[in-house]
Amino acid sequence: MRPYIREKKDITFDDVPENTSFEAGYLTTVNSGWRSDRPVIDTTKCVSCEQCYLYCPDGVISIIDGKAAIDYDFCKGCGICAKICKIKAIEMEAERK
Amino acid sequence: MANKVAESISREEFFYGHKACAGCGGSLAVRAALKVLGPNVVSVLPAGCMSAVGFNFPQLCFSNNSIISTFAGTASMLTGVEAGLRARGFKDFTAVGFAGDGGTADIGIQALSGAIDRNDNIIYICYDNEAYMNTGIQKSGLTPFGAKTTTTPAGSNIHGNIRPKKNMFEIAAAHDIPYAATASVGYIYDFIQKVQKASKIHGTKYIHVIAPCPTGWGVAPDATVDIAKEVVDCGLWYLAEYENGSFKLNHKPKEFTDVSAYLKKQGRFKHLTDEDIQIITASRDKKWEFIEKNFEL
Ligand SMILES: Cc1ncc(C[n+]2csc(CCOP(=O)(O)OP(=O)(O)O)c2C)c(N)n1
Ligand code: SF4
Ligand code: SF4
Ligand code: SF4
Ligand SMILES: [Mg+2]
Repeated sequence: MRPYIREKKDITFDDVPENTSFEAGYLTTVNSGWRSDRPVIDTTKCVSCEQCYLYCPDGVISIIDGKAAIDYDFCKGCGICAKICKIKAIEMEAERK
Repeated sequence: MANKVAESISREEFFYGHKACAGCGGSLAVRAALKVLGPNVVSVLPAGCMSAVGFNFPQLCFSNNSIISTFAGTASMLTGVEAGLRARGFKDFTAVGFAGDGGTADIGIQALSGAIDRNDNIIYICYDNEAYMNTGIQKSGLTPFGAKTTTTPAGSNIHGNIRPKKNMFEIAAAHDIPYAATASVGYIYDFIQKVQKASKIHGTKYIHVIAPCPTGWGVAPDATVDIAKEVVDCGLWYLAEYENGSFKLNHKPKEFTDVSAYLKKQGRFKHLTDEDIQIITASRDKKWEFIEKNFEL
């Protein structure tokens, strides 16, 4: 479970919190637009050592069916995962060629 | 291939969708610590990058209970959170604070000292990016000698910050705190183990984690982890613990890597002369003499 994207709706007065507290883990925007390079995982090479999962500052990598997978909605393309992967299973590719 | 450290912490993400710069070391520290402490953690964050990037209403990136404190009051709010939850009968929770270097060593030091003095049952984590980053890189008490910031510019006469970095780890230890530790996001296994250890100790725990800021340090976003390793490998930072009245060094580099290589990779140190680098190397050597004399190795 992660904080997740809510459906976009027009905000009415009733949606505005009455005090300074609000629901935890409430996301309305993605971060994918920040990216100039995208990490691409070669799943045939990945040995699921989870180094990239542990070092990703945004927590967007998870192991799915024994392989590292990226949530591209929130990956910022920092490139830390590609550097940390000892077997070079992650390649950074330009978003716009 | 099972990774034991990954297995030992929560699979959930508690700090997600935040607006930290790409490659932010502070966000890695916060993310990792929350995954150790689990869903019943209540986190307190003062003004600083981690609160600024985590709470942009309605984008609320903490999925645990989390609150912004006054700048000076991280530790006092932790005291209140812990006491309040305990008074209401809650047992299974942890109160943790994440404050920057400015929020810890300058602005929040009084509240932190008070909490340690009362031995309140809290964990205080200082993510140290070595300047007031959220307001655009001003010098703090934890900015190292020679670093260029907007308040310590590098000119021909004065080469950046003229003062050394305060030693917050030893300041916390001097209170005879139950547990204090230093860490670096470049050695994330060590950091995770220290947060795990702190969560099992009663009383005040202080962890000081070096968390590079690519924006303020002048390095590429993918260099964060490498530079956080290198600062330990070249001996300008060390991984240690304070417990039961004594200091223990956790990791001794066999041979230090080149200090000037570490410095010259970063925009904030580019202006340093050979003489400046000699001053930095000499102060490193003096520190290690002290460590070898006073720390369990
Ligand atoms: C009482 C008070 N003084 C000043 C500020 C402005 N301010 C907000 S964040 C910040 C910098 C915090 O630096 P640090 O604690 O090192 O955290 P970082 O931003 O580097 O993560 C400052 C000066 C404030 N919010 N409140
Ligand atoms: S670091 Fe590389 S090998 Fe390890 S899980 Fe990630 S992609 Fe796979
Ligand atoms: S590029 Fe950065 S944000 Fe994206 S998956 Fe890799 S480490 Fe995470
Ligand atoms: S300025 Fe530095 S500390 Fe602040 S979010 Fe960006 S990288 Fe992180
Ligand atoms: Mg700071």
